[in-house]
Amino acid sequence: MKGILAIYRREMSSYFVSPIAYIVIGFFLVVTGYFFSNILAILIERSFMAQMQAQRFGAPPEMDVPSMVIRNFIGVIATVMLFLIPMMTMGVYAEERKRGTMEMLMTSPISEIQIVIGKYLASLTLFILMLAPTLLYYLVMSRYSEPAMPWRIVWAGYLGIFLLGALLIAIGSFISALTESQIIAGVVTFVIFLLLWVIDLGARGASTTTGEIFKYLSVLQHYDSFSQGVIDTSSIIFYVSLSIFGIFLTLRTLDSMRWRRA
Amino acid sequence: MIEVEHLTKSYGQARAVNDISFEVNKGEILGFLGPNGAGKTTTMRVLTGYLPATSGTARIAGFDVFEQSMEVRKRIGYLPETPPLYPEMTVENYLTFVARIKGVTAGDIAKRLEEALRMANITDKRNELIKRLSRGYKQRVGIAQSIVHNPDVVILDEPTVGLDPNQIKEVRHLIKGLAGEHTIILSTHILTEVEMTCDRVVIINKGKIVAVDTTENLTQQLKGGERVQVQVKGPLETIRNVLDSIEGVRNIELDTLDSADVVGATIESEEGTDLRAQIASKIVGRGLDLLELRAIKLSLEDIFMQLTTEEKPVAEPGPSPAVKEAEPSTDESLSEVSPR
Repeated sequence: MKGILAIYRREMSSYFVSPIAYIVIGFFLVVTGYFFSNILAILIERSFMAQMQAQRFGAPPEMDVPSMVIRNFIGVIATVMLFLIPMMTMGVYAEERKRGTMEMLMTSPISEIQIVIGKYLASLTLFILMLAPTLLYYLVMSRYSEPAMPWRIVWAGYLGIFLLGALLIAIGSFISALTESQIIAGVVTFVIFLLLWVIDLGARGASTTTGEIFKYLSVLQHYDSFSQGVIDTSSIIFYVSLSIFGIFLTLRTLDSMRWRRA
Repeated sequence: MIEVEHLTKSYGQARAVNDISFEVNKGEILGFLGPNGAGKTTTMRVLTGYLPATSGTARIAGFDVFEQSMEVRKRIGYLPETPPLYPEMTVENYLTFVARIKGVTAGDIAKRLEEALRMANITDKRNELIKRLSRGYKQRVGIAQSIVHNPDVVILDEPTVGLDPNQIKEVRHLIKGLAGEHTIILSTHILTEVEMTCDRVVIINKGKIVAVDTTENLTQQLKGGERVQVQVKGPLETIRNVLDSIEGVRNIELDTLDSADVVGATIESEEGTDLRAQIASKIVGRGLDLLELRAIKLSLEDIFMQLTTEEKPVAEPGPSPAVKEAEPSTDESLSEVSPR
């Protein structure tokens, strides 16, 4: 436990003394902020149009603007994450290997699992710190929201995002453990995330059996139900088990470094 | 303190370390001398528990480096060839982090930190970022890192490589200061370094131990002197008496070989004498069986020369100045020694 804490604290401090954390968080907030206001503006306009149509033709169609904002915005967050998480994870192990500090960690009286968990928790914390300020957007929105802000959907949606992020971080860390080059780790992670995205785009429209299989396998599909306010246990298990698998692979990779020519 | 027995480490077909055995006593500084690629780093990595051995055992403070790796890791400090530093951290934060992962209790960290800073003589740099330090200071931070948890054994891989002459002197002085309290293994390809800092030397080439000796013997060897090695079948005491009675013998080293009744002896005599005929007749005259007798011609310097010249063809294909700069010392160090 002490080992995990020591690793965690060093990771966190190195995130924040280097510009990487500020760049990632700053970029994330600028982009998501822009999209949030955009989504809001578009949906408000649409709801006005809907209201006008309703006045003209009667039979008012219900339009739940807050829920739609949340759903769309969470989609935006998921997409932006695909670009930013590679930046967060690319150096996690690659940099340690390049500097030779990995050798020090691995000859210290801490186990590899402590190293891996400490680093994973630090990346998760940075991710949460990146995500947290966006909750302010809802706080502002809730003051003017009509119908009332559906907080349950917000929490469910963010749980989905968190689980997706946890998985992407596990994948990114694993790839970082495979190489000594941050750049290679970053690019490969990014390419893999893009592939996930493409698979997802392909799966969304599909209705055949193959499509259904892809739909199930697509990591980006599974947070979708969360953003509709449904906490789906099978999706939770899907994300958690895949994340654990990623962490396990990382662990095996570190272990295998001992058996290879360094 | 350190016992290595028949240690072998293979990478696929290649044997980086081939059946080496040696011991290091408590408080001793052992030099690991050999050209690059001789297996020094590999041996050290096995000792630190970073790499598992292919066969053979290594024990530190009575703990097997593979089976009881965690116990061993608590008791060793290790400085790899490039000091394992985080450039974005300050010296103090870095050493605190290392102390934590090395298992120093929270209450002791402040005390150990001061001690390590003092011993490595970097107290005035404690708040500097590591990336702003010079090469010599980085090396010292690396050494401080290896002693921050007050380990029994300190393993230093080429601690003076890439430093300027003044820094080399300082680092050697620092290492000598650690002896006594800590048992130290340091690797180097510089002969003088061994002479100046180490009590005992293991010379290694192509994964095999070429010679194990004390530094005094090594220096003596460099001054000249003849050696004869014999193998005799018979009781140890009798053999000692026989050899003692020969005139001109300066020193005798006896040790029993694998089969109990065969004794191996190394007989040293004054320079320019040849005792082979006398030794043979005395032994045979006493009714003992002489199994082997040969003159050892190679001095350690010869051995080292041989090692370094063998190394040269490897370095030749890339005659870049960078390679030369990285190992400036082999030739220099030899010329430093040879005038005597």
